[in-house]
Amino acid sequence: MYEGIVQDLIDELGRLPGVGPKSAQRIAFHLLQADPTDVRRLAAVLVEVKEKVKFCSVCGNVAEEETCRICRDPRRDPAQLCVVEEPKDVVAIERTREFKGRYHVLGGAISPIEGVGPDQLRIKELMQRLADGTVTEVILATDPNLEGEATATYLTRFLAPLGVRVSRLASGLPVGGDLEYADEVTLGRAFEGRRSVSG
Amino acid sequence: MHVSHLTLHAFRSYAELEVPLTPGVTAFVGRNGQGKTNIVEAIDYLSRLSSHRVASDAPLVKQGSEQAVVRAAVVKDGRTALLEVEINPGRSNRARVNRSPLPRARELVGLVRTVLFSPEDLALVKGDPGERRRFLDDLLVLRAPRLAGVRADYDKVLKQRNALLKNALGRGGRARGGDEYFDSTLAVWDEQLVRLGAELVVERARLVEELGPRLAEAYAAVAKDAGRNDAAVRYQPSVSHEPVEADGPPRRDGVARMFHVELERRRPEERQRGITLVGPHRDELALSVGTLPVKGYASHGESWSFALALRLASYELLRADGDDPILILDDVFAELDVDRRDRLAELVAPAEQVLVTAAVDADVPEVLSGARIEVRREEP
Repeated sequence: MYEGIVQDLIDELGRLPGVGPKSAQRIAFHLLQADPTDVRRLAAVLVEVKEKVKFCSVCGNVAEEETCRICRDPRRDPAQLCVVEEPKDVVAIERTREFKGRYHVLGGAISPIEGVGPDQLRIKELMQRLADGTVTEVILATDPNLEGEATATYLTRFLAPLGVRVSRLASGLPVGGDLEYADEVTLGRAFEGRRSVSG
Repeated sequence: MHVSHLTLHAFRSYAELEVPLTPGVTAFVGRNGQGKTNIVEAIDYLSRLSSHRVASDAPLVKQGSEQAVVRAAVVKDGRTALLEVEINPGRSNRARVNRSPLPRARELVGLVRTVLFSPEDLALVKGDPGERRRFLDDLLVLRAPRLAGVRADYDKVLKQRNALLKNALGRGGRARGGDEYFDSTLAVWDEQLVRLGAELVVERARLVEELGPRLAEAYAAVAKDAGRNDAAVRYQPSVSHEPVEADGPPRRDGVARMFHVELERRRPEERQRGITLVGPHRDELALSVGTLPVKGYASHGESWSFALALRLASYELLRADGDDPILILDDVFAELDVDRRDRLAELVAPAEQVLVTAAVDADVPEVLSGARIEVRREEP
């Protein structure tokens, strides 16, 4: 245990995701030895991010205004809607530059253990967006784990009666990988989701 | 297959240990607490990535060390492979084969196959059904490592579903209409539970079917005056699958259908108790001798015979798959009477490699005289 405020700092840092007690200690001492202006700048950004950044009222992505950059962009195809768990998933898909439609961020996945049910996710908002018939295809891009699959299954049940096209991101072999190193589940999925290349 | 060399680093009581081994019988003899079991435990760990003595990995690492390493040269069909696992408690383990890393440590499972007899085996017969489910699943995974993933996913889905049921219970959701989401969410978890659970049920049923005749034979060989068809195992799944056709084991879609029906039937009770009442996590493997169940009726000696027979049957099953697994007999002879001891020794003696631990020489039956390694803790 360190004295007062130093221990407080370590405890606070330790509450961040992916930071254990050892890392928290290392970061704390780094900050103690750092240039005061650097630390002040970090503190200012932390405060600013909390004050300035809002969540887009349409899609739930992080935004600096009422709506996010993607929702405001008129070149985006309003017929395609990609449903993701977190804002960071939007960034990941944007990096591909393949998808030209818009997004809907759920804010997580169904996980009773963590107390997350459908009412904690932005599912009502999703239904409202689909109500006017502009969206014709919904792409479910939740994580390919048990919770993500459960969320996708749940959404499929709600979306099917609406008459929109619903698709799920393919899961299978990683590009640039070796077939022999793929695990059985991945390989099994790749077989299920195979597509024909002729005939 | 056999292990020709074993290296331990910070494993249990050993800072460093090198043990050259030969095919045939090797007995590790030494007083209690000297580290005999630690050696065979390491080899067994390589085969299953879990220990028969502890549930977590932490006790496997020598005190004061961050990680333990188990490395073994395994000879199979005349070819030697170097298998290595790095045990990192609290973090993911890492495995290497011939010095090249595997993407996931669990892919090591099944490369070296062991069948371990230990004093804890009595719990297979006398313990709760969980012990017998673990016995079945361990054997399943050893034969088809893919099923480790199915079982782990099933456990996760089960936890999620139980959490959902419990949350609803906490909110008193049963009486109020306020949980419109409950039913639709439960349906999603039901689907996953059934998909994974049905696969486990089918695999377990198939396994028990193959195990049955081998068990009867093994029991007859171990127990005195037992007939060839005295001992039997019967799989009692919590989801009764449709009557097994004469021409084959249960099918996954049939089990899935019954699983759904059963979940539907017990839903009110599940909601009342806040727990999942249907599924492979409530299966039982019924053991019987003659017309009587073993649990409650068998004597201590008969129970032991049955436990040994279960292990011997696993050994025969794995052997039928193609390669002769390594037999490990950890401190069992001291538990058995002279008759059982001698019969067991005769049954295991022909195996390609047999590793025995015993406190005194007299505990090792004569049939198993082979290499002998004295184990004594080095004074620091």
